Amino acid sequence: MEIFNATNLIYIMGGFVKTIEISALSIVCSLVLGTVLALVKAYGPRPLRWLVSAYIELFRCTPNLLWILFIYFTVQGIDVLISTLAFTLFTSAVMAEIVRAGLNAVPRGQFEAAQSQGFGFFATMRYIILPQTFKTITPALFSQCTTVIKDSSYLSGINVAEFMYTTNVVMAHAVTLDQVLMLYGFVFALYFALNFGISLLVRRYQQHAVAA
Amino acid sequence: MLEGLFDLKRWELAFVHMDTFWDGFGVTLHVVVAGLALALALGTLLGVFSTTRSRILRGISRVYVEFYQNTPLPVQVLFMYMAGPQFLQAITGAPQPVRIAPFVLGTLGVGLYHAAYIAEVIRTGIEAVPRGQVEAAQSQGFSRIQTYAYIVLPQTFKIILPPLCNQALNLVKNTSVLALVAGGDLMYRSDNFVSLYGYLQGYIICCFMYFIICFPLAMLVQWLEKRSKARPRAKSIPGVTDVAAAAGKEA
Repeated sequence: MEIFNATNLIYIMGGFVKTIEISALSIVCSLVLGTVLALVKAYGPRPLRWLVSAYIELFRCTPNLLWILFIYFTVQGIDVLISTLAFTLFTSAVMAEIVRAGLNAVPRGQFEAAQSQGFGFFATMRYIILPQTFKTITPALFSQCTTVIKDSSYLSGINVAEFMYTTNVVMAHAVTLDQVLMLYGFVFALYFALNFGISLLVRRYQQHAVAA
Repeated sequence: MLEGLFDLKRWELAFVHMDTFWDGFGVTLHVVVAGLALALALGTLLGVFSTTRSRILRGISRVYVEFYQNTPLPVQVLFMYMAGPQFLQAITGAPQPVRIAPFVLGTLGVGLYHAAYIAEVIRTGIEAVPRGQVEAAQSQGFSRIQTYAYIVLPQTFKIILPPLCNQALNLVKNTSVLALVAGGDLMYRSDNFVSLYGYLQGYIICCFMYFIICFPLAMLVQWLEKRSKARPRAKSIPGVTDVAAAAGKEA
């Protein structure tokens, strides 16, 4: 039986699109939430700071798959949204740590200079501190993007029809070892192309940043 | 959504099955130890490969690292799980597909995956110590061994220890991939408990158990990071500093 026919290919690629959708949504949401968490941890009032630290440590010290299963068990809804929720919970803790490292790298003088120029707290963050922070953490952020894309394949375990899942469904019809190998080769190649493309972008950015 | 979270009966039932969770915990720990050993050995080898002059060795290391870092661990493990037995059958000529034990799958899975990351850590550690340090040490009369023992390696270790422990932490979390192939690890048993009884207590116990392995590691990473940023203290090195101090006194 021909395994790479049009129907199968369209079905598999539908999964690939879903993988990208979930990853992109999760990355955007967790970046926003992670930045807020990092700011609270750095400048918020004491009790809030402790709460954020506890949140970060909890998610840093437990597997991603646990939170995927946990959310899938407790929340009902559209698969893309549930998956995004699970990934955002987990990834925002990682993002918060990345942003915090970037905040620490901004020299203290920058705050003082901004404040002496009459900038309020939010204006200082918006125009002075965060732009510098994101510039330094761009490589780390992108490598976190590849991590999210890779980890999204865990979702096949809870029957979300992402790339790995759709491929597995087609693979159930594979008879010979050759067909299994070909399908896996296809999966590896596409994940690799996507992630390697991102890491090439990071490398170019870094060369550009060093040159500037 | 979280109904039954504080239901004592459900907690009681979960605690009755505590042995199952601890069994899973044990499987996870075994895979962690074996996987970490494999990852450290292979990672160091590949890391050293990438700093040698040989183009072939550098190429091997580069291809390995890029492949493993840019493809998902679950896909790698599922591949070994689905294609591995038939593959082994084809190679060994066995009458039926050769079953691969979950422990082996887990160890190979996380070990090979994290070896790629550890290789990068080792490479940056070796490259981070400037050549000038070796030359300066030798011009001060340090022997080759002394140069490595007192100048190069302490700096390398200081640089690589925090990211290395971070990799160990990620490795622990990634062993949960075994749940996808019915590996009998902590994640798998907890998920089984939850799907059997429909009580989310299983996930909470699982969360707690991963936390007891990972939290000390996370604290260690934090401590090492702090230490690696601190200025090194002056150290007395027998046969080196006391000779210099004596020479200073005489002058």
